[in-house]
Amino acid sequence: MKKLRANPALSSLLMVSPLVAVLFIFLVLPIVLIVIVSFWRATEFSIIPAFEFDNYEFLFSSPVTYTVFFNTFKYALITWAFTLTIGFTVAYYLAFHIRTLTWQIALFLLCTIPFWTSNIIRMISWIPFLGRNGIANSTLISWGVIDEPIEWLLFSDFAVILAFVHLYTLFMVVPIFNTMMRIDKSLIEAARDAGANGAQILWNVIIPLTKPGIMIGTIFVVTLVMGDFITVRFMSGSQSANVGRLISNDIALLQYPSASATAIVLLLTVLITIGILLRFVDIRKEL
Amino acid sequence: MEPRSRSFYILSAFFALFILFLYGPTITIAILSFQGEGGGLTFPMRGVSLYWFYDLFEQQAVGDIWGSFRRSFALGVMVMVVTVVVSVMGGLAFRRKFPGSNILFYLIITSLVIPSILISLGVGLLFSQSGLNVHWSTSGFGSQLTWTLPFGLLIMFAVFNRFDKSYEEAARDLGATPWQTLRHVVLPIIAPSLIGVALFGFTLSYDEFARTLLTSGSYNTLPLEIYGMTTNVTSPVLYALGTLTTVFSLIIIGAFLCVALVSNRRRAQQGTDAGKGV
Repeated sequence: MKKLRANPALSSLLMVSPLVAVLFIFLVLPIVLIVIVSFWRATEFSIIPAFEFDNYEFLFSSPVTYTVFFNTFKYALITWAFTLTIGFTVAYYLAFHIRTLTWQIALFLLCTIPFWTSNIIRMISWIPFLGRNGIANSTLISWGVIDEPIEWLLFSDFAVILAFVHLYTLFMVVPIFNTMMRIDKSLIEAARDAGANGAQILWNVIIPLTKPGIMIGTIFVVTLVMGDFITVRFMSGSQSANVGRLISNDIALLQYPSASATAIVLLLTVLITIGILLRFVDIRKEL
Repeated sequence: MEPRSRSFYILSAFFALFILFLYGPTITIAILSFQGEGGGLTFPMRGVSLYWFYDLFEQQAVGDIWGSFRRSFALGVMVMVVTVVVSVMGGLAFRRKFPGSNILFYLIITSLVIPSILISLGVGLLFSQSGLNVHWSTSGFGSQLTWTLPFGLLIMFAVFNRFDKSYEEAARDLGATPWQTLRHVVLPIIAPSLIGVALFGFTLSYDEFARTLLTSGSYNTLPLEIYGMTTNVTSPVLYALGTLTTVFSLIIIGAFLCVALVSNRRRAQQGTDAGKGV
């Protein structure tokens, strides 16, 4: 005990040891193993240790890969634009238009509760809305907007993006709201006193000060969308593919080496994206 | 109070639409789960009944719902406890720099942003290559921790960033040992945030899907069971199950919020008005 007190670094290390153990066994080792297996060879029945670049060669020579990566970025970009717009607006409303803290907390909780319920159920719950005979189609028909049911509502890219926005907008609302709540209100008063109108205050004061929250939200949304494989499968009715689905298809076929190679390329893509985004924000300062 | 501007009403409408967007679909399937016996996956309702809920109880019809629910619940509690303990210890440790703290921090971020399927694939490979069987309580448990721990730790970092160290110094000046300071000063102050960490730990585990997919072995957790159902069940029984698990999640969330509220109130009652005088 005395030794521990004399050496704070040692006690810190002891306290993080369970964390290190979990991350080592279930994060570092698996990644290392995926890297190794990505160089292995697969036969129809088993995987054989080897050191060859065939999996990568195949990956980069296949046109499917490029389509699928393009799709992944497309989903990420479109979802990001929507979640940012909606998330920012909601957070702005909560932070600057709701006047009492109690109401702010209550409405904020109302926004976050769905985050704690099942994603799969929330995806399933779009079926009655978007189906061929669903609420959207029957409403539009009864209004006379369309004559025939629209086929592309469910099981399409539209449905995929809709589900992403539905699932992940919270990841924008929370960090943006968090940074907005820390903006000194007197700065806004000062801007108003200096003659700025609402739009100018928003553009020149609030948005620059909210940037860290926007960045953190962006990191969440982009990584969640890029790593997804269920939403795309479910909402596109297996008609569209992103990188995650490519990997999960390989896994289903027990093609672990090729799944691993794709996974490594995906991981590098995600990490590079995050690396670029982290240039704009110091996460530890923003917590 | 100054009068509300026009933008307030526009934004209120936007917010209301957003809430409708968030909750509308879930409420719809809740209504549709009471569909009559001949009803389908969409409106119109053909009568109102509990038929699909009864159907859910008949085991052979839709697989092992109750077994998977029990496993998910047990796993959720395990993950919750470990997440709280490890996050608090980690949060305490990270208040000082220590050798490797930067690397560890980036490892935590990696754990958060890594595509879930890599964890699923990697842990699956790790267990199969080392000759172990994947099981929800070992490989599944560990995989879920890589998702819940970053959340718990980020909350703890945020809590300790705002923690007023003078309380600890006061305790130390009064002769408290480090353990006493932790037990009687630090932990009571951070207790409400621990409720938040516990809520994250349980619900994220209870609903976790992607990281458990290849790591839970032959016994499914509830989200995996539901996922399996989506491919072969095309009746409102899916909605009935969805409604039940959502209600269960809401009860859990409500319980945690109540505990947080009560503990806050108790603290407010026990607190003194010292420092609040004019």
